[in-house]
Amino acid sequence: MTLVVRSCGPMVTVQDRGRRGRAHEGIARAGAFDVRAASLANRLVGNDPDAAVLEALLGSYAFEVTHSTAVAITGAILPVRVNGKDASQNHAIELRRGDRLELGSPTDGLRAYLALSGGVDAPLVLGSRSYDSLGRIGPPPLTVGDVVRSGPSAPGEAWFELVPVRPHPAVPTIDVVEGPRYDWLSAQARVELTNGSWVVEPASDRTGVRLRGEALTRATDWAGRELATEAMIPGAIQLPANGQPIILGPDCGTTGGYPVVGVVRERSMSDLAQLRPGQHVRLRLR
Amino acid sequence: MAESTSRDSRSELVWRAYGEHGVLIECRDLAEVHARFRAVRGSALVEECVPGAETLYVRPRNPATSRAELVRLIGSLPAVSETFGDPERPLHVVDVVYDGVDLGDVAALTRMSIEEVVRRHTAPTYTVAFLGFSRAFPYLVGLDPALVVPRLESPRPSVPAGSIAMGAGFTGIYPASTPGGWRLLGRSSVAFFDESRDPPGLLAPGDHVRFRAVGP
Repeated sequence: MTLVVRSCGPMVTVQDRGRRGRAHEGIARAGAFDVRAASLANRLVGNDPDAAVLEALLGSYAFEVTHSTAVAITGAILPVRVNGKDASQNHAIELRRGDRLELGSPTDGLRAYLALSGGVDAPLVLGSRSYDSLGRIGPPPLTVGDVVRSGPSAPGEAWFELVPVRPHPAVPTIDVVEGPRYDWLSAQARVELTNGSWVVEPASDRTGVRLRGEALTRATDWAGRELATEAMIPGAIQLPANGQPIILGPDCGTTGGYPVVGVVRERSMSDLAQLRPGQHVRLRLR
Repeated sequence: MAESTSRDSRSELVWRAYGEHGVLIECRDLAEVHARFRAVRGSALVEECVPGAETLYVRPRNPATSRAELVRLIGSLPAVSETFGDPERPLHVVDVVYDGVDLGDVAALTRMSIEEVVRRHTAPTYTVAFLGFSRAFPYLVGLDPALVVPRLESPRPSVPAGSIAMGAGFTGIYPASTPGGWRLLGRSSVAFFDESRDPPGLLAPGDHVRFRAVGP
């Protein structure tokens, strides 16, 4: 064993690259929401960029070190302390047996990633160590007293020593492309989708980020029609009947019945993962 | 042809862009979706291939593959001969306690007695059209058209696992407790999903299902 959870904030789960290629079996992809932060954390401790990490929502986590190891913490910007002393993010931290590692509340962003030298070990379920919060597949969220073991793979050299911590923009811009049902939007709604300022709803999670703003209306040809059930993918911007868009996250259902009017570009999914409830966000078609 | 669709000149396939790399292929009917799904899913060049009611989503394994190349590949794969609805496929008989919270509303919407709703729901042999949503949710076709009712105006935050439900013209079984907007008719105690099995879903596309009403 390597770390023991001594204090646990709202939710911390194990995540890797997720269950790819199984959507036709009705199995969500899951996996790290902020892939950029997760792979950076892995590279800082010399792991494969897709190795399993801990994804911690908000803050107030404490771990007791039971075997010496190295960790790196990326993603949301938050206070990191070892035995009460400040430590750096985006930098490998050497920990010794008996140390106490604490993550405070983020001042910026929502999800922090903790990579452990050798990767986080957990049983493979359907080819992945990720927890799917919709299907409840994979290792369940950690609670106080749980043990986090490091993986069997021998880590290599760190890819980077230190990467500057960059604040997330106050009003982030998420890049999107037109979705397969973009033509369901009225001319006015097409303008509002990208000109409007959207607010992140508190009822957002790994299955989807709900936005609130000027309701997007449907083109007259599609008013009152129901879409035949079709594939849904992480990043898809669904338009329910109330006109308030939902951007699907990694744990989204693999099929659904709301038209997908846009899809977030893969590089912008990391910015989506860090949006906080109440924060304003803009969408940009490009 | 709608403004956002394209047509491949060789295969005549009509498709839309879906995400940065994927395509959504339009099909005539479920039988074509099923045949194309069976042809495409084994291709090493494809990462995801997800059937829907009238469409097939395909994402290439290599993001550098252009959509035109991907559509040409899909159009060139030989159609699979097995016909959708083949009676030789396995039949699963599922015992159901018809005491769902929406049974009364369904009876009112269809102007039938509850007994008639149950009689019509247990009469057909259904076929698994495709799996989706979460934990291998089976979408079953073959529903009596008189039972087709709109889904709930807003989904329930939690539906009990094993619930037998109707929505979007299908009937289905919630394999786990999840949010859901379909109308609940009853419940079954069969374990439809076991993550230690591979594939984990009990039902496969093309399988047949009959519901049998039993007492609580």
